[in-house]
Amino acid sequence: MSALLSIKNLHVSVNGNEILKGFNLVIQRGEIHAIMGPNGSGKSTLSYVLAGKEEYEMTEGEIIFNGKNILDLTPEERAREGLFLAFQYPIEIPGVNNVHFLRTALNSIRQHKGLEPIDTSEFLKLVKEKQKSLALPSNLINRSLNDGFSGGEKKKNEIFQLSILNPLLAILDETDSGLDIDALKIVAQGVNSYHNKENAVLVITHYQRLLDYIVPDFVHILYKGKIIKSGDKTLALELEKTGYESFKV
Amino acid sequence: MSNKIIQEKINKDYEWGWSFDIESEIAPKGLNEEIIRFISYKKNEPEWLLDIRLKSFRYWKELNHPHWAHINFQIPDFQDIIYYAAPKKKTLSSLDEVDPEIIKMFERLGIPLEEQKVLAGVTPNVAIDAVLDSISVKTTFREVLAEKGIIFCSFSEAVQNYPDIVKKYFGSVVPYTDNFYAALNSAVFSDGSFCYIPKGVRCPMELSTYFRINTAGTGQFERTLIIADEDSYVSYLEGCTAPRRDENQLHAAVVEIIAHKNAEVKYSTVQNWFPGNKDGKGGVFNFVTKRGICLEDNSKISWTQVETGSSITWKYPSVILKGNNSVGEFYSIALTNNYQQADTGTKMIHIGKNTRSTIVSKGIAAGYSQNTYRGLVQIRKGTEKSRNFSQCDSLLLSDTCGAHTFPYIEVKDISAIVEHEATTGKISEEQLFYCIQRGIDKEKAISIIVNGYCKDILNKLPMEFAVEAQKLLEISLEGSVG
Ligand SMILES: Nc1ncnc2c1ncn2[C@@H]1O[C@H](COP(=O)(O)OP(=O)(O)OP(=O)(O)O)[C@@H](O)[C@H]1O
Ligand SMILES: [Mg+2]
Repeated sequence: MSALLSIKNLHVSVNGNEILKGFNLVIQRGEIHAIMGPNGSGKSTLSYVLAGKEEYEMTEGEIIFNGKNILDLTPEERAREGLFLAFQYPIEIPGVNNVHFLRTALNSIRQHKGLEPIDTSEFLKLVKEKQKSLALPSNLINRSLNDGFSGGEKKKNEIFQLSILNPLLAILDETDSGLDIDALKIVAQGVNSYHNKENAVLVITHYQRLLDYIVPDFVHILYKGKIIKSGDKTLALELEKTGYESFKV
Repeated sequence: MSNKIIQEKINKDYEWGWSFDIESEIAPKGLNEEIIRFISYKKNEPEWLLDIRLKSFRYWKELNHPHWAHINFQIPDFQDIIYYAAPKKKTLSSLDEVDPEIIKMFERLGIPLEEQKVLAGVTPNVAIDAVLDSISVKTTFREVLAEKGIIFCSFSEAVQNYPDIVKKYFGSVVPYTDNFYAALNSAVFSDGSFCYIPKGVRCPMELSTYFRINTAGTGQFERTLIIADEDSYVSYLEGCTAPRRDENQLHAAVVEIIAHKNAEVKYSTVQNWFPGNKDGKGGVFNFVTKRGICLEDNSKISWTQVETGSSITWKYPSVILKGNNSVGEFYSIALTNNYQQADTGTKMIHIGKNTRSTIVSKGIAAGYSQNTYRGLVQIRKGTEKSRNFSQCDSLLLSDTCGAHTFPYIEVKDISAIVEHEATTGKISEEQLFYCIQRGIDKEKAISIIVNGYCKDILNKLPMEFAVEAQKLLEISLEGSVG
């Protein structure tokens, strides 16, 4: 079977500034990849260009997701094909009920797959189960979407959505930042229970700590828009000791 | 980006744009004393009412058409309108005698006129007065209401059966001299709803009027009178639609509400008159005068409106806070798309002591529409510690639409507290992207965000109405995305 995600020689510009400059990455089903890199190195840019955010312009290269050229897909089609981005800064949408929103999203994805809208009781069962396993207070999931959520609650809510939408590729953009120690473990458990042989996870993080719980098959170091080094999970440990200095080319 | 996402593309379709072939008795076009006498004669009205009509007409003839800023339109040709159109086969006594075509038509609108059908489900929670063109065709559940002494019937019937109550209150809140369209309405009004809640009665169900314009070229001039006697409560709903026609149709209603001591009236509207096509052709001119008076102490009047229809809306549901400790509320969502123009808001006139008013207005403009909030808060001398809180928010969905806010505040009492907040913003690209990244399409995403934006006000509506209003917002936003 072909790779779930294959990125070749990716160049991305934002407002005329080139941020990614020849980025390459191949992710197979069942794998967990971690990307680490200093602030401003282009990690979020990568996640946005994958998700299809408008101002992130692909000037060169190729991205194939699940056998399809990503440029042929609108952002909502990418999502429905199974690309999920847990945002670094999840936005608040006042007045929009968290669970209703999630149901609308799930049904949009189901419709794309030719499935009927999910049955109400089945959906509520699913919500209940995931809410419990992520230790989310029930009032939280029934509140307005991210509205007034604490930083950590917002991150947890992203993983809650992930676990219900069950995509093929989960991109987690610094989901660990803002989480307390217990929440970090719970969130990591959530990700691990989502993860299986068919799907893949791309974790963006600054800290090796998260990778103790979500154990990556590969770690990549992104520096100034390029991967300068890839390795296994020990690379993260090494990086933690030495910092980015020693990897600069 | 919003430029590219949110622009006119698809021709929005008005779901209620069909018309039924119903045999009608139609007066010739045009307005003169003869027509007015004809309407009054048809309705077998007492002399005093005909007198008011004629006085109103004579007064109206002397008036110039009002001018509103931010609204562009052709003044209607008042001689080119039909002032009376009544379905022929209607009777007031029993449903069996109502033209089956009419029943079918209201059914298609989702308004059940057959009581047994409603009863088959659960206990009824809405009684309906259905107004077609000029007259009321059917009022449901009157017997159930009559047991409590509640009178809910068409205005014409009230004139026949309760002339004293009508005479006492008619024009007491909106005199014919009030404005151009109030004068016109007082001259030519054909029917509407009447409702009287006796002392100490909490009305057990929502009372609802459904207005439908069917006949081409007709104007609809209905008159609604709601009286809540001491210690009573009523929640009243109003809905409306019209067929899709190329010419503009005029709707100029007057609604008067009177709340006595400790009484509370909630009046909710979901207005969905035909808004015209995507190029701004056709549509209803909705020029309505709605006003309530908190006549005595501790009374409360609350207006909630969801305005999505009409090509032009001028409407300022207001409250005169005469009784001490009385409360006035105005909650409004006005959504305009394509070339619609809405100029809406409220007047809160504080006269009694310790009176309070709340205004929350959400204007949403898309396409090339113009959306204006215009409101007056007047706190007169001697009102002692009266308060007003106003919040007026506007949301812009395109670069070609306009939102305007004109809050007039006149405070003559130093102990008054008046707070005003206003915001204007564009729909957030970050919010849109978030929704889209979850697989939701842009149009749906906009409707979700707009619904969220309006949540506080939708929550003020009775449950069934809130659901309908939510759907309506969604439909009205169709075509606002490129
Ligand atoms: N919309 C934008 N307009 C202008 N510059 C941008 C925009 N988005 C990103 N950039 C710039 O691109 C560079 C990479 O940003 P990006 O958010 O991808 O970094 P990051 O690796 O995710 O950093 P962090 O670790 O701080 O999250 C930064 O210099 C940033 O200022
Ligand atoms: Mg980032």
